[in-house]
Amino acid sequence: MKTLGKWLFLSLIIVSSPVRAALDIIITEGVDAARPIAVIPFVWQGAGAAPEQISDVVMSDLIRSGAFKPLDELGLPQRNISSVSQFVAKDWSSIGAEAVVMGSIKPYGNDQYLVTFDLVDLVKAQMQQGAGPQSNSEYLIDSRETVISAAQFRQYGHRISDLVYEELTGIRGAFLTRLAYVVVKHGEKSPYQLMISDYDGYNEQMLLRSSEPLMSPSWSPDGRKLAYVSFENKKAEIFIQDIYTQSRNKVSSFNGINGAPVFSPDGKKLALTLSKDGQPEIYVIDIATKALKRVTNHYAIDTEASWFPDGKSLIFTSERGGRPQIYKVTLASGKVQRLTFEGEWNLGGSIAPDGRSMIFVNRTNGKFNIARMDLETRFMQILTSTRLDESPSVAPNGTMVIYGTTHQGKQVLGAVSTDGRFKARLPAGQGEVKSPSWSPFL
Amino acid sequence: MDLNKLFKAMLVVLPIMALSACSSTSESETDATSSTSGSGSELATGGVETGGVAPILTPEEQQRLKYQELRKEHIIYFDFDRSLVSAQFAEVLQAHGNYLVEHPNVRLMIEGHADERGTPEYNIALGERRAKAVAKYLQGMGVLPSQMSIVSYGEEKPLDMSRTDDSFAINRRAVLVY
Repeated sequence: MKTLGKWLFLSLIIVSSPVRAALDIIITEGVDAARPIAVIPFVWQGAGAAPEQISDVVMSDLIRSGAFKPLDELGLPQRNISSVSQFVAKDWSSIGAEAVVMGSIKPYGNDQYLVTFDLVDLVKAQMQQGAGPQSNSEYLIDSRETVISAAQFRQYGHRISDLVYEELTGIRGAFLTRLAYVVVKHGEKSPYQLMISDYDGYNEQMLLRSSEPLMSPSWSPDGRKLAYVSFENKKAEIFIQDIYTQSRNKVSSFNGINGAPVFSPDGKKLALTLSKDGQPEIYVIDIATKALKRVTNHYAIDTEASWFPDGKSLIFTSERGGRPQIYKVTLASGKVQRLTFEGEWNLGGSIAPDGRSMIFVNRTNGKFNIARMDLETRFMQILTSTRLDESPSVAPNGTMVIYGTTHQGKQVLGAVSTDGRFKARLPAGQGEVKSPSWSPFL
Repeated sequence: MDLNKLFKAMLVVLPIMALSACSSTSESETDATSSTSGSGSELATGGVETGGVAPILTPEEQQRLKYQELRKEHIIYFDFDRSLVSAQFAEVLQAHGNYLVEHPNVRLMIEGHADERGTPEYNIALGERRAKAVAKYLQGMGVLPSQMSIVSYGEEKPLDMSRTDDSFAINRRAVLVY
């Protein structure tokens, strides 16, 4: 009965917000390093006003990737073409961009639209100028035609961005991904909210709202579930919640800390921090059987585990050297090795998806910033210059990091490319935003 | 008759005045003091003035009153990244400890908190260590471990959100909740 009351008290509601990004983007650094690209607004071939413009989504994705800088649409020599067959190479000879994105949207029956898109190699077209008549199709890098519903406009825009990004960079695009984060509205009756949104802040939805803190959301590898810490019973407990069915499962409720949950790469286990045996230690719990395996054993603080992609080792934060530093532990042998030595503190690490580098929080001269270290060379680079940075989470393609930071006295999200060249702030409308977690590829 | 009434009024008024003098550091009070010197008060009716003395408290009673005041303090502050209980909180903790020892059925919740520097999960660990340091301190005075429970909120429940050095200091705390 008591638990039933708690369930009623916690409002498990899904609220859809209108088509608007919950998180804005303000790019603070790195536009100059981005590669110019031309995106022609997709040609609407129906009656009346065009529905949502897919090319706006593509343009915004390319800007947010930090890799591309779309040219001003008004300066493009051809602005009403939708396929490579209409492309006139000589008109584009002086345009400093490597590729042109174009397409069309046509009504296709009840609530359906036919969307086409062509990606044209502008460099090739410019180089072959004067080399005699060429077939336009030779410039075509990619071309697609798909029927979508009205509700799929943004999603399909992200899909096109993925294709463009991968064709031009060789790296898989991460535009069809989501973020999970915690919004805190101090002063409200239930200030703590667990939210998810598209990676760009659109389609924000509330998964859970509570009067007590919510922490450390972490995605399952299939992008379907979130593990997180909730204090709804006046103590730290770990739950796993299905983002589609809303079903919730309490996984860990030992005495003391139940914290820092992270799914194993196969999705069957969670690494977590428990202090039930004294000091905070790293454990691995089998989600189905609840079998618990202790990984670390030290009188100092051990916490914040992150898995290597092969699932055979973890990194974690430990104070065993006197100050928080990042260590690696091999699960089979229990062998522990220190990874970080630079700066005063290093903590909150996660392994990049390729397993070759690590993103973490570094403290140097009392300042907390996001840093990256190559695991082989041990070369460390501080990526950010914002204030009180914490909770870094790497995009599934390894190119971008989203993290919690403080701007003008308020907790907001920040983004930085893993090469440190692109920096952006993602201000939210109301409340403080923290603990971001980037989903896997969806 | 009148005298008897006055005497009764005096009995009620004086201890209250003595108590309020204890709790206040303000100078703009009535002339009542907690010492044994005489005090007077002008009653609204009759225009007479009464005189009297504060009750003589035994050392035990004085101590109890003092502890009662000290127990109103229920926040212990810590240095950055530290969980050592500072000597300046010895008296406050003594007051809470004695009370808990005298009342073994009373239970105490100790909340550990951290400032916003560092990562949220590291701060959960740090907050727990602070709460445990206070629990250990009280246990050393004879408080039963079964009387105390601990929860760490890390940096999730700051008292002051201005994120200056002063606010960080206010947020690094253990809170005693009965």
